[in-house]
Amino acid sequence: MGEPVIALDEVHRSFGPVMALASVSMRVEAGDYMAIVGPSGSGKSTLLNILGLLDRPTSGSYLLDGVETASLKDGDRTRLRGRRIGFVFQSFHLLAHRTVAENVMLAEVYGRRSRSGRRERAVQALRRVGMTHRTDFSPATLSGGERQRVAIARALMGEPSLLLCDEPTGNLDSRNTGAVLELFDSLRAEGLTILVITHEDEVSSRAARRVRIADGALVEE
Amino acid sequence: MGPRDLWEEALAGMLARPVRSALTTLGTVLGIGTLVITLGIAATAGNQIVGRFDALTATSVIVETPEDRVGWNDVAGLARLNGVESATALAQSEKSSNQSVTANAVIDPTRVSGQTLAVVAAGPDLPRTVKGRILSGRFYDGGHSARRDRVVVLGADAAQMLGITDVRHAPAVFIAGRAYTVLGILGGFQRETSLATAVLIPPALGPEFGLRSVTRVLISTRLGAAELIARQAPLMLDPRGGAGELRVIAPPSPTRAKDGVQEDVNGLFLILGLVSLVVGAVGIANVTLVTVMERINEIGLRRALGAGRRHIAYQFLTESGFIGLIGGIVGACLGIGVVVAVSAVKTWTPVLDLRLALVSPLAGALVGLLAGLYPALRAARMEPVEALR
Repeated sequence: MGEPVIALDEVHRSFGPVMALASVSMRVEAGDYMAIVGPSGSGKSTLLNILGLLDRPTSGSYLLDGVETASLKDGDRTRLRGRRIGFVFQSFHLLAHRTVAENVMLAEVYGRRSRSGRRERAVQALRRVGMTHRTDFSPATLSGGERQRVAIARALMGEPSLLLCDEPTGNLDSRNTGAVLELFDSLRAEGLTILVITHEDEVSSRAARRVRIADGALVEE
Repeated sequence: MGPRDLWEEALAGMLARPVRSALTTLGTVLGIGTLVITLGIAATAGNQIVGRFDALTATSVIVETPEDRVGWNDVAGLARLNGVESATALAQSEKSSNQSVTANAVIDPTRVSGQTLAVVAAGPDLPRTVKGRILSGRFYDGGHSARRDRVVVLGADAAQMLGITDVRHAPAVFIAGRAYTVLGILGGFQRETSLATAVLIPPALGPEFGLRSVTRVLISTRLGAAELIARQAPLMLDPRGGAGELRVIAPPSPTRAKDGVQEDVNGLFLILGLVSLVVGAVGIANVTLVTVMERINEIGLRRALGAGRRHIAYQFLTESGFIGLIGGIVGACLGIGVVVAVSAVKTWTPVLDLRLALVSPLAGALVGLLAGLYPALRAARMEPVEALR
């Protein structure tokens, strides 16, 4: 087995006297489809922020694709984040005044990839999520499920090692939830590593691995 | 992130809220516009004043002489100086300035038949020197003076007061009971306008009114020669005497006059323009700050997608700088338009420093950049976790 995509070792995160994460250790291998479940206030978001390099652990070690991130400078973490992690948010975070294609292309703006072929790559990403028929539409004209699929296409645009999803179906009805989960299944079948943070059983039950988080500690189910 | 990506993202950010961007631009438009109008109008008006000044005053040199210092013939030498167009000596005293002049010899006690007018002895070159116009008849010449002909020329206003409009029938005026033939009427004075109410007599008749020597010499110079002539004329008129005894009234240097005018106008309105510009900058800063707060999620998303703090700062700076640049361009265009329009209405020649048109957009961009600095830093300092919350 090769290098794990994520290797957390004894990670703590505290905010003043409040311990949000206590001694969290976990490994996510390439191609894993993992769900982290837990009630609100359990430390899910803190864990997601640390995994997404949006926050630093107070102590412990976090290796992303074998790179120790705790000691990295701000700029290096930003570059690593942009290259290795694709984010999918609950509220999609699409720019309302840009087209679907432009929203997807945004993922490459801050990378080092050349501009040439960017639109083709965006269309390719949209093809993976079945949204090419909406390429030049405004996000405002799309349904919630379609918006989330566009957001997933944006996350896939940079060929990330990890798709990090924060309550990806939180704003969707059951029909759209089903469509997004099917998409995750097919992406996983393509070999993508997916980590979903959710409090919905319907979502977590589709994942191959489930980890419960409670009071800042992880329990594998 | 390449410059083209930066530009496209900034442009999209501005176009996302076009009305707001346009209104934000308005602050810089007003500031830069006011500055351009101020400087343009000052330069135009300054140039206009100098233009008038050149035509009349800048070519005029007056030498005031004490009694018995300068003779009537000394003035002829002045004409030989390079730069002198014409020169005329005048003699006038307090006594000669209050002469009772009538148009006929009959004294009618029931009505006012006479006028109190100034009698001024003047050389025959006077019409040319004061840039006057003969309205009727002619001016006396050297011959009249040499023969001591009892002739006068009336100033236009004096002639009107005396009821003389035409000299074809050689009317006479009576000064101190003596008759003098009116040779002509001189009007249209551009200099020494007070002579319009005077009775002008040849120098030879001066002694009859106590005017024995020259009191003033009027010199009309070519453009630009006034300063030189002002230095040379006293020496020419009185080579032996101390030149300091002759008082020379020369026009101030045209450049100094122009600068003076511009300083007066500029000082006042530049402050106004700068205040407008500061108000514009505060407007940009405010709106950019509000925009940053509104776009927190977008900032968070961009950070999640790999944007560094500097990328975020660059984008907001590019947006505010561009808004300032557009404001500068529009402001400069409006300002130039107003200057041209005002000049057209006033029939002035618009004068505008070309550099002003080039510097204004840059000044606008600079104002935009400075105004955007704080909001951009705020945006850059934002933690992605908090921005995405």
